[in-house]
Amino acid sequence: MTAVVDSMPRAGFVRGRGAVIGFGAPLVLLLIVAILAPLLPLPDPNLQDLGASLLAPGSPGHALGTDQLGRDILSRLVYGARLSLLIGAIGMLLGAIIGTVLGLLAGYYRGIVDIIVSWLIDAQLAIPFVLLAIALITSNGRSLIVLLLVLALFSWAQYARVIRGETLALRSRPFVLALRAGGVPGYRILLRHLLPNQAGTVLVLATLQMGAVMLAESALSFLGLGVVSPDISWGAMLSEGKDQLVYAWWIAALPGLAILITVLLVNLLGDALRSVLDPRKRRY
Amino acid sequence: MIKTIVIRLLLGIATLFLAVTVAFIVAHGSGNPAAELLGASATPERVAQLQHELGLDRPLYVQYFDFIGGLLRGDLGTSLRYNQPNLELIMQRIPATFELTAVALAIAVVVGIPLGTLAAVKESTWIDRVTSAVALFGQSVPVFWLGMMLILIFAVQLGWLPAGQRNGPLSVVLPAVALSTLPMAQIARLTRSSMAETLGEQFIVAGRARGLSRASIILRHGLRNSSIPVLTIFGLQIGALLSGAVTVEYVFAWPGLGTLATQAIEGRDFTLAQAVVVVGVFVFVIVNLIIDVLYAVIDPRIRRTRA
Repeated sequence: MTAVVDSMPRAGFVRGRGAVIGFGAPLVLLLIVAILAPLLPLPDPNLQDLGASLLAPGSPGHALGTDQLGRDILSRLVYGARLSLLIGAIGMLLGAIIGTVLGLLAGYYRGIVDIIVSWLIDAQLAIPFVLLAIALITSNGRSLIVLLLVLALFSWAQYARVIRGETLALRSRPFVLALRAGGVPGYRILLRHLLPNQAGTVLVLATLQMGAVMLAESALSFLGLGVVSPDISWGAMLSEGKDQLVYAWWIAALPGLAILITVLLVNLLGDALRSVLDPRKRRY
Repeated sequence: MIKTIVIRLLLGIATLFLAVTVAFIVAHGSGNPAAELLGASATPERVAQLQHELGLDRPLYVQYFDFIGGLLRGDLGTSLRYNQPNLELIMQRIPATFELTAVALAIAVVVGIPLGTLAAVKESTWIDRVTSAVALFGQSVPVFWLGMMLILIFAVQLGWLPAGQRNGPLSVVLPAVALSTLPMAQIARLTRSSMAETLGEQFIVAGRARGLSRASIILRHGLRNSSIPVLTIFGLQIGALLSGAVTVEYVFAWPGLGTLATQAIEGRDFTLAQAVVVVGVFVFVIVNLIIDVLYAVIDPRIRRTRA
């Protein structure tokens, strides 16, 4: 949902390599915990215990409490991180690949390719994402593949827009003209010269998009369009906690907090990466 | 000026056409809506029969021209669940969504622009830091979760505001605040950077040299000039705003377009879902057309060069 803002100058707190490590480290830690989840001393996240339902955080044996079916929230949060991060990463990657390729082609070949790609970008940005997801899922049913497709659709236009612009600027630079004069084929110029030149931009965009994609996944799962039981994601947990809000705030509050903190860290990391990789865009 | 508007209008229609085609492909051209509608226990014969009844067994291009033809006549099809014209259902819900998004945008503008302006004027002070923090939070928080937390605090714990439904002017406060966070973050951030840029421009320096007061420069000249990018982002964010409205309406049981869309999911009502997408795109294109015209009103340079 931050489709546009990511190409804009962003306010920053801490910059430089230290910030990259500072914001990256907790995320790496989270990733390790998520990967190692089955090895951790946690109860089965889907284990129901109706005798221990709706326990508040701090209860013995359930540090973060239990939900209406007596399932351990901490365990569900840890296992939920796996799908939330995985879907965020794959969705982001798909969008990055499609968007970068189309952006490179449009910026380099211009002409009809550019017109078509630009038109597609405009159309994509004009379709409210959640509504598109609803239309796609009502006719295709719910599945992980459809969800990933929706998320890729959600993010590709952002990359395409930025990469197209940068490619347009790069293609008239002397080194590209020299390569063309030397008879280097277009695809080689694109792959070996123009793409590496924009690797930093793609990386920064991808980091920032990861946060956006995670938010999008949580919104879809919250509406019951994404991950559903017995699979666990933070968005799906939120949706289960919605009806218990008044009696047991923690069921919805904690996964939302997990999303907020993770996306916050990802966005901060993106800002920090930008300041390191792309000093030209360091506006303030 | 007229020429600009006509060109923008044609471009808008082209975008509308393409986006509507995407909506059609997504809802019709993929998957098997009839099977989804009947559920897993349906026999293949029953699925085939329903496909025939819904006209889904016709060649795709026939369905497409049928769909486009309907659009041109203002016909968005009939809801499978409600057995009513989709457009009628949507029109009933539009006022609620309009109210919610308008109030959310108003909050975003009223908070975001002064915040961004202050941050630019007082660069690198605590005000600047607070603005950055607010912007970062607005960009990272799931709005529907924020909505739930607002319900918890202000409706359940404190009992100050209603928790849901559309009942009187107070009921719009919580959903609108939740929905306003993302646009507010973006408006604050963009106002800040574009104001910082504008304040360095020559005409601002010239204004100060002529003895205009600082406040008058910032309010009359700085703000006006930095409103162009803010307006652009505003237009582009309409889609995100509508997307956010779907989840917020769901949380607050707000009877708008978003709740209608979520009901379409439950009823596997793909014609209704498709119609809601079409209306969403239409709103986006119209708002952006209006914004293009507003550019010229705000900035005389655009008026002159584009005309």
